[in-house]
Amino acid sequence: MKLREIAHARTGDKGDVSNISVIAYRAEDYRLLHAVLTAERVRAYFGDTVRGGVRRHALPALCALNFVMDGALGGGVTRSLALDPHGKSLSSSLLDMELDDGGTAPQAAAPELRPPASGC
Amino acid sequence: MRTVRIGAGAGYSGDRIEPARELAEKGGLDYLVFECLAERTIALAQAARRADPGAGFDPLLADRMRAVLRPCAERRVRIVTNMGAANPSAAARETARIAAELGLSGLKVAAVTGDDVTAAIRGADLPLIERAGRTADVAATMVSANAYLGAAPIVAALAGGADVVVTGRVGDPAMFLAPLIHAFGWAMDDWVRLGRGTLVGHLLECAGQVTGGYFADPGCKDVPDLARLGFPLAEVDEAGDAVITKVEGSGGRVSRATCTEQLLYEVHDPARYLQPDVVADFSGVALREVGPDRVAVSGATGHARTETLKASIGYHDGFIGEGQISYAGAGALARARLARAIVEERFRLTGLEASELRFDLIGLDAVRRGPPVSAPSEPAEIRLRVAGRTATLRDARRIGNEVETLYTNGPAGGGGAWSSAREVLAVASTLVPRDWVTPAVAYEVAP
Repeated sequence: MKLREIAHARTGDKGDVSNISVIAYRAEDYRLLHAVLTAERVRAYFGDTVRGGVRRHALPALCALNFVMDGALGGGVTRSLALDPHGKSLSSSLLDMELDDGGTAPQAAAPELRPPASGC
Repeated sequence: MRTVRIGAGAGYSGDRIEPARELAEKGGLDYLVFECLAERTIALAQAARRADPGAGFDPLLADRMRAVLRPCAERRVRIVTNMGAANPSAAARETARIAAELGLSGLKVAAVTGDDVTAAIRGADLPLIERAGRTADVAATMVSANAYLGAAPIVAALAGGADVVVTGRVGDPAMFLAPLIHAFGWAMDDWVRLGRGTLVGHLLECAGQVTGGYFADPGCKDVPDLARLGFPLAEVDEAGDAVITKVEGSGGRVSRATCTEQLLYEVHDPARYLQPDVVADFSGVALREVGPDRVAVSGATGHARTETLKASIGYHDGFIGEGQISYAGAGALARARLARAIVEERFRLTGLEASELRFDLIGLDAVRRGPPVSAPSEPAEIRLRVAGRTATLRDARRIGNEVETLYTNGPAGGGGAWSSAREVLAVASTLVPRDWVTPAVAYEVAP
Protein backbone atom coordinates (compact mmCIF):
# COMPACT_ATOMS: atom_id res chain seq x y z
CA MET A 1 0.00 0.00 0.00
CA LYS A 2 1.27 3.43 -0.90
CA LEU A 3 1.23 6.31 1.59
CA ARG A 4 -0.87 8.25 -0.94
CA GLU A 5 -3.77 5.84 -0.41
CA ILE A 6 -4.27 6.89 3.19
CA ALA A 7 -2.77 10.37 3.46
CA HIS A 8 -2.27 13.70 1.76
CA ALA A 9 0.68 16.03 2.15
CA ARG A 10 2.02 19.55 1.59
CA THR A 11 5.56 20.92 1.48
CA GLY A 12 6.69 24.26 2.88
CA ASP A 13 10.11 25.93 2.77
CA LYS A 14 12.15 28.23 4.99
CA GLY A 15 15.74 28.84 3.99
CA ASP A 16 17.39 25.44 3.57
CA VAL A 17 14.72 23.71 5.67
CA SER A 18 11.81 21.84 4.11
CA ASN A 19 8.77 20.71 6.06
CA ILE A 20 6.27 18.14 4.86
CA SER A 21 2.93 17.66 6.55
CA VAL A 22 1.47 14.17 6.16
CA ILE A 23 -2.23 14.05 7.02
CA ALA A 24 -4.29 10.88 7.34
CA TYR A 25 -7.69 10.97 5.67
CA ARG A 26 -9.10 8.78 8.48
CA ALA A 27 -8.43 8.55 12.22
CA GLU A 28 -7.68 4.81 12.14
CA ASP A 29 -5.01 5.38 9.51
CA TYR A 30 -3.38 8.07 11.63
CA ARG A 31 -2.52 5.42 14.21
CA LEU A 32 -0.83 3.38 11.49
CA LEU A 33 1.03 6.43 10.20
CA HIS A 34 2.19 7.33 13.68
CA ALA A 35 3.52 3.81 14.15
CA VAL A 36 5.34 3.30 10.87
CA LEU A 37 6.16 6.72 9.40
CA THR A 38 9.08 7.64 11.64
CA ALA A 39 11.56 10.48 11.16
CA GLU A 40 14.28 7.88 10.52
CA ARG A 41 12.23 6.29 7.78
CA VAL A 42 11.60 9.61 6.04
CA ARG A 43 15.29 10.48 6.34
CA ALA A 44 16.26 7.16 4.76
CA TYR A 45 13.64 7.55 2.00
CA PHE A 46 15.05 10.87 0.84
CA GLY A 47 18.68 9.71 1.11
CA ASP A 48 21.19 12.31 -0.10
CA THR A 49 18.48 14.90 -0.70
CA VAL A 50 18.39 15.67 3.02
CA ARG A 51 21.85 16.56 4.33
CA GLY A 52 20.76 17.37 7.88
CA GLY A 53 18.47 15.74 10.39
CA VAL A 54 14.74 15.04 10.23
CA ARG A 55 12.44 15.86 13.16
CA ARG A 56 8.84 14.70 13.48
CA HIS A 57 6.03 16.57 15.24
CA ALA A 58 2.78 14.70 15.87
CA LEU A 59 -0.62 16.43 15.87
CA PRO A 60 -3.14 13.74 16.81
CA ALA A 61 -6.11 16.15 16.89
CA LEU A 62 -5.48 16.90 13.21
CA CYS A 63 -4.40 13.33 12.31
CA ALA A 64 -1.21 14.90 11.05
CA LEU A 65 2.55 14.41 11.26
CA ASN A 66 4.91 17.26 10.43
CA PHE A 67 8.41 16.38 9.22
CA VAL A 68 11.07 19.08 9.40
CA MET A 69 14.12 18.34 7.24
CA ASP A 70 17.32 20.36 7.62
CA GLY A 71 19.61 20.94 4.66
CA ALA A 72 16.99 19.67 2.22
CA LEU A 73 16.83 22.54 -0.28
CA GLY A 74 20.22 22.66 -1.98
CA GLY A 75 21.56 25.43 0.29
CA GLY A 76 18.31 27.40 0.38
CA VAL A 77 15.47 28.40 -1.93
CA THR A 78 17.11 31.61 -3.10
CA ARG A 79 20.44 30.02 -4.11
CA SER A 80 19.61 26.42 -5.02
CA LEU A 81 20.51 25.03 -8.44
CA ALA A 82 17.46 22.77 -8.38
CA LEU A 83 14.65 22.97 -10.91
CA ASP A 84 12.22 22.97 -7.98
CA PRO A 85 14.15 25.11 -5.48
CA HIS A 86 11.25 25.26 -3.01
CA GLY A 87 10.99 21.46 -2.90
CA LYS A 88 7.25 21.73 -3.65
CA SER A 89 7.37 18.27 -5.21
CA LEU A 90 8.86 16.58 -2.13
CA SER A 91 5.39 15.98 -0.66
CA SER A 92 4.20 14.08 -3.73
CA SER A 93 7.49 12.20 -3.80
CA LEU A 94 6.97 11.10 -0.22
CA LEU A 95 3.41 9.92 -0.94
CA ASP A 96 4.95 7.34 -3.31
CA MET A 97 6.36 5.52 -0.28
CA GLU A 98 5.33 1.88 0.08
CA LEU A 99 4.07 1.21 3.59
CA ASP A 100 4.72 -2.17 5.14
CA ASP A 101 1.70 -2.14 7.39
CA GLY A 102 2.41 -5.40 9.18
CA GLY A 103 -1.15 -6.56 8.39
CA THR A 104 -2.70 -3.77 10.44
CA ALA A 105 -3.97 -1.68 7.55
CA PRO A 106 -7.73 -1.36 7.25
CA GLN A 107 -9.02 -3.78 4.64
CA ALA A 108 -10.87 -1.20 2.57
CA ALA A 109 -8.01 1.29 2.46
CA ALA A 110 -6.65 0.49 -0.95
CA PRO A 111 -9.67 1.04 -3.20
CA GLU A 112 -10.99 3.98 -1.20
CA LEU A 113 -8.79 6.78 -2.41
CA ARG A 114 -11.40 9.36 -1.70
CA PRO A 115 -11.76 10.26 1.97
CA PRO A 116 -15.19 9.82 3.49
CA ALA A 117 -17.03 13.06 4.27
CA SER A 118 -16.66 12.43 7.97
CA GLY A 119 -13.01 11.48 7.61
CA CYS A 120 -10.15 12.51 9.80
CA MET B 1 -21.56 37.88 19.06
CA ARG B 2 -19.62 40.56 17.17
CA THR B 3 -17.25 39.21 14.56
CA VAL B 4 -14.61 40.88 12.42
CA ARG B 5 -14.36 39.76 8.81
CA ILE B 6 -10.86 39.73 7.31
CA GLY B 7 -10.04 38.67 3.76
CA ALA B 8 -6.78 37.77 2.05
CA GLY B 9 -6.39 39.56 -1.28
CA ALA B 10 -3.04 38.12 -2.36
CA GLY B 11 -0.76 35.30 -1.25
CA TYR B 12 2.35 36.44 -3.10
CA SER B 13 3.54 39.39 -5.17
CA GLY B 14 2.36 38.08 -8.54
CA ASP B 15 -0.97 36.67 -7.36
CA ARG B 16 -4.27 36.95 -9.26
CA ILE B 17 -6.02 40.30 -8.89
CA GLU B 18 -9.75 39.53 -9.51
CA PRO B 19 -10.24 37.40 -6.36
CA ALA B 20 -9.36 40.44 -4.23
CA ARG B 21 -11.93 42.55 -6.04
CA GLU B 22 -14.49 39.78 -5.55
CA LEU B 23 -13.72 39.79 -1.81
CA ALA B 24 -13.90 43.58 -1.64
CA GLU B 25 -17.29 43.65 -3.36
CA LYS B 26 -18.96 40.53 -1.99
CA GLY B 27 -17.04 39.48 1.11
CA GLY B 28 -18.83 41.75 3.58
CA LEU B 29 -15.34 42.52 4.86
CA ASP B 30 -14.04 44.85 7.52
CA TYR B 31 -10.41 44.39 6.42
CA LEU B 32 -8.65 43.22 3.27
CA VAL B 33 -5.00 42.15 3.59
CA PHE B 34 -2.50 41.72 0.75
CA GLU B 35 0.64 39.67 1.48
CA CYS B 36 3.00 40.36 -1.41
CA LEU B 37 6.52 40.33 0.02
CA ALA B 38 8.49 37.10 -0.34
CA GLU B 39 11.90 36.82 1.34
CA ARG B 40 13.84 37.83 -1.72
CA THR B 41 11.41 40.47 -3.01
CA ILE B 42 12.54 43.13 -0.57
CA ALA B 43 16.18 42.72 -1.61
CA LEU B 44 15.20 43.20 -5.26
CA ALA B 45 13.14 46.22 -4.21
CA GLN B 46 16.06 47.70 -2.28
CA ALA B 47 18.21 47.48 -5.40
CA ALA B 48 15.43 49.24 -7.35
CA ARG B 49 15.22 52.00 -4.72
CA ARG B 50 18.95 52.63 -4.96
CA ALA B 51 18.60 53.18 -8.69
CA ASP B 52 15.53 55.45 -8.20
CA PRO B 53 14.62 56.93 -4.78
CA GLY B 54 10.93 56.98 -5.76
CA ALA B 55 10.92 53.24 -6.55
CA GLY B 56 11.36 50.11 -4.44
CA PHE B 57 7.76 49.14 -3.77
CA ASP B 58 5.65 46.37 -5.30
CA PRO B 59 5.38 46.76 -9.09
CA LEU B 60 1.73 45.59 -9.01
CA LEU B 61 0.71 48.06 -6.27
CA ALA B 62 -1.00 50.40 -8.73
CA ASP B 63 -2.93 47.58 -10.45
CA ARG B 64 -4.11 46.12 -7.14
CA MET B 65 -5.08 49.50 -5.67
CA ARG B 66 -7.00 50.47 -8.82
CA ALA B 67 -8.91 47.17 -8.55
CA VAL B 68 -9.95 47.49 -4.90
CA LEU B 69 -9.69 51.07 -3.61
CA ARG B 70 -13.15 52.14 -4.77
CA PRO B 71 -15.10 49.05 -3.66
CA CYS B 72 -13.24 49.14 -0.34
CA ALA B 73 -13.84 52.86 0.20
CA GLU B 74 -17.55 52.49 -0.62
CA ARG B 75 -17.96 49.67 1.90
CA ARG B 76 -15.56 51.03 4.52
CA VAL B 77 -13.18 48.08 4.12
CA ARG B 78 -9.73 48.98 5.40
CA ILE B 79 -6.65 47.65 3.62
CA VAL B 80 -3.39 46.37 5.12
CA THR B 81 -0.50 45.37 2.85
CA ASN B 82 3.27 44.89 2.80
CA MET B 83 3.44 46.13 -0.80
CA GLY B 84 5.62 48.97 0.51
CA ALA B 85 8.57 46.55 0.26
CA ALA B 86 11.76 48.64 0.49
CA ASN B 87 9.93 51.97 0.22
CA PRO B 88 6.62 52.15 2.13
CA SER B 89 6.64 55.96 2.07
CA ALA B 90 6.74 56.10 -1.72
CA ALA B 91 4.12 53.32 -1.88
CA ALA B 92 1.81 55.33 0.38
CA ARG B 93 2.25 58.45 -1.78
CA GLU B 94 1.48 56.40 -4.90
CA THR B 95 -1.62 54.91 -3.23
CA ALA B 96 -2.87 58.36 -2.23
CA ARG B 97 -2.26 59.59 -5.77
CA ILE B 98 -4.29 56.70 -7.23
CA ALA B 99 -7.06 57.36 -4.69
CA ALA B 100 -7.20 60.99 -5.82
CA GLU B 101 -7.30 59.86 -9.44
CA LEU B 102 -10.28 57.65 -8.57
CA GLY B 103 -12.05 60.59 -6.91
CA LEU B 104 -11.54 59.20 -3.40
CA SER B 105 -10.54 62.53 -1.90
CA GLY B 106 -9.64 62.34 1.79
CA LEU B 107 -8.58 58.68 1.74
CA LYS B 108 -5.93 58.31 4.43
CA VAL B 109 -2.91 56.12 3.73
CA ALA B 110 -0.37 55.18 6.39
CA ALA B 111 3.24 54.16 5.75
CA VAL B 112 4.90 51.91 8.33
CA THR B 113 8.69 52.18 8.30
CA GLY B 114 11.57 51.19 10.55
CA ASP B 115 12.30 47.59 9.51
CA ASP B 116 15.66 48.39 7.84
CA VAL B 117 18.53 46.98 9.94
CA THR B 118 21.24 47.03 7.25
CA ALA B 119 23.60 49.33 9.15
CA ALA B 120 23.30 47.40 12.40
CA ILE B 121 23.88 44.03 10.66
CA ARG B 122 27.00 45.41 9.00
CA GLY B 123 28.56 46.04 12.39
CA ALA B 124 27.58 42.70 13.90
CA ASP B 125 28.38 39.01 13.63
CA LEU B 126 25.35 36.90 14.43
CA PRO B 127 24.67 33.24 13.66
CA LEU B 128 22.38 32.56 10.70
CA ILE B 129 19.21 30.54 11.19
CA GLU B 130 17.59 27.95 8.91
CA ARG B 131 21.07 27.21 7.47
CA ALA B 132 24.73 27.15 8.53
CA GLY B 133 26.97 30.22 8.73
CA ARG B 134 27.16 33.71 10.25
CA THR B 135 26.09 37.18 9.14
CA ALA B 136 29.74 38.16 8.62
CA ASP B 137 29.90 35.53 5.84
CA VAL B 138 27.34 37.46 3.79
CA ALA B 139 27.89 41.06 4.96
CA ALA B 140 30.45 41.88 2.26
CA THR B 141 27.89 41.52 -0.55
CA MET B 142 24.80 42.50 1.46
CA VAL B 143 22.09 44.40 -0.44
CA SER B 144 19.48 44.73 2.28
CA ALA B 145 18.60 43.61 5.79
CA ASN B 146 15.10 43.94 7.15
CA ALA B 147 13.66 42.82 10.47
CA TYR B 148 10.14 41.43 10.69
CA LEU B 149 8.11 44.06 12.55
CA GLY B 150 5.11 43.06 14.61
CA ALA B 151 1.52 44.28 14.68
CA ALA B 152 2.02 47.37 16.88
CA PRO B 153 2.76 50.00 14.21
CA ILE B 154 -0.14 48.71 12.06
CA VAL B 155 -2.46 48.93 15.09
CA ALA B 156 -1.23 52.51 15.63
CA ALA B 157 -1.94 53.35 12.00
CA LEU B 158 -5.47 51.93 12.22
CA ALA B 159 -6.06 53.84 15.47
CA GLY B 160 -4.81 56.91 13.62
CA GLY B 161 -7.66 56.52 11.14
CA ALA B 162 -5.79 55.00 8.19
CA ASP B 163 -7.98 53.56 5.44
CA VAL B 164 -4.93 51.86 3.93
CA VAL B 165 -1.80 50.74 5.79
CA VAL B 166 1.30 50.12 3.69
CA THR B 167 4.26 48.40 5.33
CA GLY B 168 7.64 47.01 4.42
CA ARG B 169 8.84 43.84 6.15
CA VAL B 170 6.42 42.72 8.87
CA GLY B 171 5.54 39.22 10.05
CA ASP B 172 2.93 38.03 7.53
CA PRO B 173 0.40 36.96 10.20
CA ALA B 174 0.88 40.35 11.93
CA MET B 175 -0.97 42.03 9.07
CA PHE B 176 -4.05 39.99 10.04
CA LEU B 177 -3.42 40.10 13.78
CA ALA B 178 -3.21 43.91 13.84
CA PRO B 179 -6.82 44.57 12.73
CA LEU B 180 -8.02 42.07 15.37
CA ILE B 181 -6.00 43.79 18.10
CA HIS B 182 -7.39 47.13 16.92
CA ALA B 183 -11.00 45.98 16.60
CA PHE B 184 -11.23 43.99 19.84
CA GLY B 185 -8.79 45.96 21.96
CA TRP B 186 -6.69 42.88 22.73
CA ALA B 187 -3.76 43.54 25.06
CA MET B 188 -0.27 43.12 23.57
CA ASP B 189 0.48 40.57 26.30
CA ASP B 190 -2.73 38.57 25.91
CA TRP B 191 -0.68 35.67 24.58
CA VAL B 192 -3.66 33.36 24.14
CA ARG B 193 -5.58 35.75 21.90
CA LEU B 194 -2.45 36.84 20.06
CA GLY B 195 -1.76 33.16 19.41
CA ARG B 196 -5.27 32.64 18.06
CA GLY B 197 -5.08 35.75 15.89
CA THR B 198 -1.74 34.56 14.58
CA LEU B 199 -3.31 31.27 13.53
CA VAL B 200 -6.01 33.16 11.62
CA GLY B 201 -3.30 35.17 9.91
CA HIS B 202 -1.24 32.09 9.18
CA LEU B 203 -4.22 30.29 7.61
CA LEU B 204 -5.07 33.31 5.43
CA GLU B 205 -1.69 34.70 4.47
CA CYS B 206 -1.17 32.49 1.40
CA ALA B 207 -4.66 33.37 0.13
CA GLY B 208 -5.76 30.62 -2.30
CA GLN B 209 -3.65 27.98 -0.57
CA VAL B 210 -6.39 27.51 2.05
CA THR B 211 -9.32 27.58 -0.41
CA GLY B 212 -8.15 24.72 -2.62
CA GLY B 213 -5.03 26.05 -4.33
CA TYR B 214 -1.82 23.95 -4.05
CA PHE B 215 -4.14 21.09 -3.09
CA ALA B 216 -5.97 19.46 -6.01
CA ASP B 217 -4.99 15.89 -6.89
CA PRO B 218 -7.57 14.47 -9.29
CA GLY B 219 -9.19 11.33 -7.97
CA CYS B 220 -7.93 11.90 -4.43
CA LYS B 221 -8.53 15.54 -3.65
CA ASP B 222 -10.77 17.20 -6.22
CA VAL B 223 -11.34 20.95 -6.18
CA PRO B 224 -14.01 22.64 -8.30
CA ASP B 225 -13.38 25.64 -10.53
CA LEU B 226 -9.73 26.44 -9.79
CA ALA B 227 -9.65 28.99 -12.62
CA ARG B 228 -12.05 31.09 -10.55
CA LEU B 229 -10.52 30.22 -7.18
CA GLY B 230 -12.04 32.31 -4.42
CA PHE B 231 -9.67 33.81 -1.87
CA PRO B 232 -10.36 33.21 1.82
CA LEU B 233 -11.92 35.27 4.55
CA ALA B 234 -12.16 34.65 8.26
CA GLU B 235 -14.99 35.56 10.59
CA VAL B 236 -13.22 36.12 13.89
CA ASP B 237 -14.81 36.62 17.29
CA GLU B 238 -13.57 38.49 20.34
CA ALA B 239 -11.99 35.34 21.80
CA GLY B 240 -10.01 34.78 18.62
CA ASP B 241 -11.96 31.75 17.45
CA ALA B 242 -12.74 31.86 13.75
CA VAL B 243 -14.52 30.38 10.78
CA ILE B 244 -12.52 30.17 7.55
CA THR B 245 -14.66 30.52 4.45
CA LYS B 246 -14.81 32.21 1.03
CA VAL B 247 -17.26 34.17 -1.10
CA GLU B 248 -20.28 32.06 -2.02
CA GLY B 249 -20.22 31.01 -5.66
CA SER B 250 -16.47 31.45 -6.08
CA GLY B 251 -14.28 28.53 -7.14
CA GLY B 252 -12.32 26.32 -4.79
CA ARG B 253 -13.07 24.52 -1.56
CA VAL B 254 -12.59 25.14 2.15
CA SER B 255 -12.43 21.89 4.11
CA ARG B 256 -10.69 20.36 7.09
CA ALA B 257 -8.15 18.95 4.66
CA THR B 258 -7.32 22.28 2.97
CA CYS B 259 -7.09 23.99 6.37
CA THR B 260 -4.90 21.25 7.89
CA GLU B 261 -2.43 21.43 5.00
CA GLN B 262 -2.22 25.20 5.29
CA LEU B 263 -2.01 25.11 9.09
CA LEU B 264 1.29 23.22 8.82
CA TYR B 265 2.59 25.06 5.75
CA GLU B 266 6.07 26.43 6.50
CA VAL B 267 5.64 25.54 10.17
CA HIS B 268 8.38 23.68 12.03
CA ASP B 269 7.43 22.98 15.66
CA PRO B 270 3.66 23.62 15.71
CA ALA B 271 3.83 24.29 19.46
CA ARG B 272 6.33 27.10 18.90
CA TYR B 273 5.49 29.19 15.86
CA LEU B 274 7.72 32.21 16.35
CA GLN B 275 6.27 35.56 15.41
CA PRO B 276 7.28 39.10 16.42
CA ASP B 277 4.32 39.50 18.81
CA VAL B 278 3.87 36.02 20.27
CA VAL B 279 5.09 32.45 20.22
CA ALA B 280 1.95 30.87 18.83
CA ASP B 281 1.03 27.29 19.74
CA PHE B 282 -0.99 25.37 17.15
CA SER B 283 -0.50 21.96 18.78
CA GLY B 284 -4.03 21.79 20.23
CA VAL B 285 -5.93 23.23 17.28
CA ALA B 286 -9.23 21.62 16.32
CA LEU B 287 -10.86 22.06 12.92
CA ARG B 288 -14.56 21.40 12.39
CA GLU B 289 -16.58 21.60 9.18
CA VAL B 290 -19.65 23.65 10.15
CA GLY B 291 -21.18 24.19 6.72
CA PRO B 292 -20.34 24.12 3.02
CA ASP B 293 -16.88 25.71 2.64
CA ARG B 294 -16.93 26.71 6.31
CA VAL B 295 -14.34 25.42 8.78
CA ALA B 296 -14.38 26.44 12.44
CA VAL B 297 -10.92 26.91 13.98
CA SER B 298 -10.35 26.76 17.71
CA GLY B 299 -7.80 25.67 20.27
CA ALA B 300 -4.76 27.75 19.34
CA THR B 301 -2.92 29.45 22.15
CA GLY B 302 0.26 31.42 22.67
CA HIS B 303 3.19 32.18 24.92
CA ALA B 304 5.27 35.28 25.66
CA ARG B 305 7.13 36.68 22.67
CA THR B 306 10.89 36.15 22.38
CA GLU B 307 13.53 38.85 22.93
CA THR B 308 14.62 38.87 19.29
CA LEU B 309 13.19 39.58 15.84
CA LYS B 310 13.89 37.59 12.71
CA ALA B 311 15.69 39.54 10.00
CA SER B 312 16.23 38.67 6.33
CA ILE B 313 19.50 39.59 4.68
CA GLY B 314 19.63 39.90 0.90
CA TYR B 315 23.11 39.45 -0.57
CA HIS B 316 24.83 38.85 -3.87
CA ASP B 317 25.85 35.20 -4.16
CA GLY B 318 27.60 34.78 -7.48
CA PHE B 319 25.87 33.68 -10.68
CA ILE B 320 23.83 30.72 -11.93
CA GLY B 321 24.07 29.55 -15.52
CA GLU B 322 21.63 27.07 -16.97
CA GLY B 323 20.97 25.23 -20.21
CA GLN B 324 18.32 22.76 -21.38
CA ILE B 325 17.76 20.61 -24.48
CA SER B 326 15.18 17.94 -25.39
CA TYR B 327 15.31 14.52 -27.04
CA ALA B 328 12.34 12.50 -28.32
CA GLY B 329 11.38 9.06 -29.58
CA ALA B 330 13.12 5.72 -29.27
CA GLY B 331 16.51 6.07 -27.62
CA ALA B 332 15.71 9.51 -26.19
CA LEU B 333 16.99 8.62 -22.73
CA ALA B 334 20.29 7.24 -24.08
CA ARG B 335 20.81 10.36 -26.21
CA ALA B 336 20.07 12.65 -23.25
CA ARG B 337 22.59 10.71 -21.14
CA LEU B 338 25.15 10.99 -23.95
CA ALA B 339 24.45 14.72 -24.11
CA ARG B 340 25.08 15.01 -20.40
CA ALA B 341 28.38 13.15 -20.67
CA ILE B 342 29.48 15.41 -23.51
CA VAL B 343 28.69 18.57 -21.55
CA GLU B 344 30.55 17.25 -18.49
CA GLU B 345 33.61 16.53 -20.59
CA ARG B 346 33.38 19.92 -22.30
CA PHE B 347 33.42 21.63 -18.90
CA ARG B 348 36.61 19.75 -18.07
CA LEU B 349 38.24 20.42 -21.45
CA THR B 350 37.46 24.13 -21.39
CA GLY B 351 38.30 24.61 -17.71
CA LEU B 352 34.93 25.93 -16.62
CA GLU B 353 35.15 27.23 -13.06
CA ALA B 354 31.95 26.28 -11.27
CA SER B 355 31.71 25.76 -7.53
CA GLU B 356 28.67 23.52 -7.93
CA LEU B 357 27.14 21.70 -10.92
CA ARG B 358 23.86 19.90 -11.30
CA PHE B 359 22.52 17.66 -14.08
CA ASP B 360 18.85 16.71 -14.31
CA LEU B 361 16.87 14.63 -16.76
CA ILE B 362 13.50 16.36 -16.79
CA GLY B 363 10.82 13.67 -16.99
CA LEU B 364 12.99 11.21 -15.08
CA ASP B 365 14.73 12.66 -12.02
CA ALA B 366 14.60 16.47 -12.02
CA VAL B 367 12.16 17.13 -9.19
CA ARG B 368 11.15 13.77 -7.75
CA ARG B 369 13.15 12.53 -4.77
CA GLY B 370 13.32 9.22 -2.97
CA PRO B 371 13.85 5.72 -4.33
CA PRO B 372 12.31 4.96 -7.74
CA VAL B 373 8.77 3.55 -7.61
CA SER B 374 9.58 0.93 -10.23
CA ALA B 375 12.07 0.48 -13.06
CA PRO B 376 11.62 3.55 -15.29
CA SER B 377 10.20 2.70 -18.66
CA GLU B 378 11.62 4.39 -21.75
CA PRO B 379 10.12 7.89 -21.79
CA ALA B 380 8.60 9.29 -24.99
CA GLU B 381 10.75 12.37 -24.51
CA ILE B 382 13.32 13.68 -22.09
CA ARG B 383 14.94 17.03 -21.41
CA LEU B 384 18.50 17.50 -20.17
CA ARG B 385 19.00 20.36 -17.74
CA VAL B 386 22.42 21.59 -16.67
CA ALA B 387 22.87 24.24 -13.96
CA GLY B 388 26.01 25.60 -12.33
CA ARG B 389 27.15 28.18 -9.83
CA THR B 390 29.94 30.48 -10.96
CA ALA B 391 31.83 33.54 -9.76
CA THR B 392 31.37 35.45 -13.00
CA LEU B 393 28.55 36.10 -15.44
CA ARG B 394 30.87 35.06 -18.26
CA ASP B 395 31.30 31.55 -16.80
CA ALA B 396 27.56 31.34 -16.12
CA ARG B 397 26.87 32.04 -19.81
CA ARG B 398 29.32 29.32 -20.85
CA ILE B 399 27.15 26.70 -19.15
CA GLY B 400 24.13 27.44 -21.33
CA ASN B 401 26.34 27.83 -24.38
CA GLU B 402 27.82 24.35 -23.97
CA VAL B 403 24.28 22.94 -23.92
CA GLU B 404 23.28 24.98 -26.96
CA THR B 405 26.28 23.75 -28.97
CA LEU B 406 24.78 20.27 -28.70
CA TYR B 407 22.47 21.35 -31.55
CA THR B 408 25.31 20.88 -34.06
CA ASN B 409 27.89 18.97 -31.99
CA GLY B 410 25.82 16.59 -29.91
CA PRO B 411 23.49 13.58 -30.23
CA ALA B 412 20.86 13.26 -32.96
CA GLY B 413 17.63 15.20 -32.73
CA GLY B 414 18.44 17.63 -29.92
CA GLY B 415 15.75 20.33 -29.94
CA GLY B 416 14.40 23.30 -28.06
CA ALA B 417 17.69 24.38 -26.52
CA TRP B 418 17.33 27.18 -24.00
CA SER B 419 19.81 28.94 -21.79
CA SER B 420 19.97 31.57 -19.09
CA ALA B 421 22.54 33.28 -16.88
CA ARG B 422 21.68 35.41 -13.90
CA GLU B 423 23.14 37.05 -10.84
CA VAL B 424 21.94 35.38 -7.64
CA LEU B 425 20.33 37.55 -4.99
CA ALA B 426 20.20 35.14 -2.09
CA VAL B 427 18.57 35.52 1.31
CA ALA B 428 19.86 34.45 4.71
CA SER B 429 18.10 34.92 8.04
CA THR B 430 19.24 35.79 11.53
CA LEU B 431 17.79 36.96 14.85
CA VAL B 432 18.39 40.55 15.97
CA PRO B 433 17.69 42.44 19.22
CA ARG B 434 14.33 44.21 19.30
CA ASP B 435 15.88 47.60 19.93
CA TRP B 436 17.50 47.56 16.49
CA VAL B 437 14.19 48.52 14.91
CA THR B 438 12.42 51.86 15.15
CA PRO B 439 8.87 51.44 13.83
CA ALA B 440 7.25 54.69 12.73
CA VAL B 441 3.96 55.67 11.08
CA ALA B 442 3.41 58.58 8.67
CA TYR B 443 0.27 59.51 6.72
CA GLU B 444 -0.59 60.62 3.21
CA VAL B 445 -4.08 61.93 2.46
CA ALA B 446 -5.54 61.82 -1.04
CA PRO B 447 -6.14 65.42 -2.13
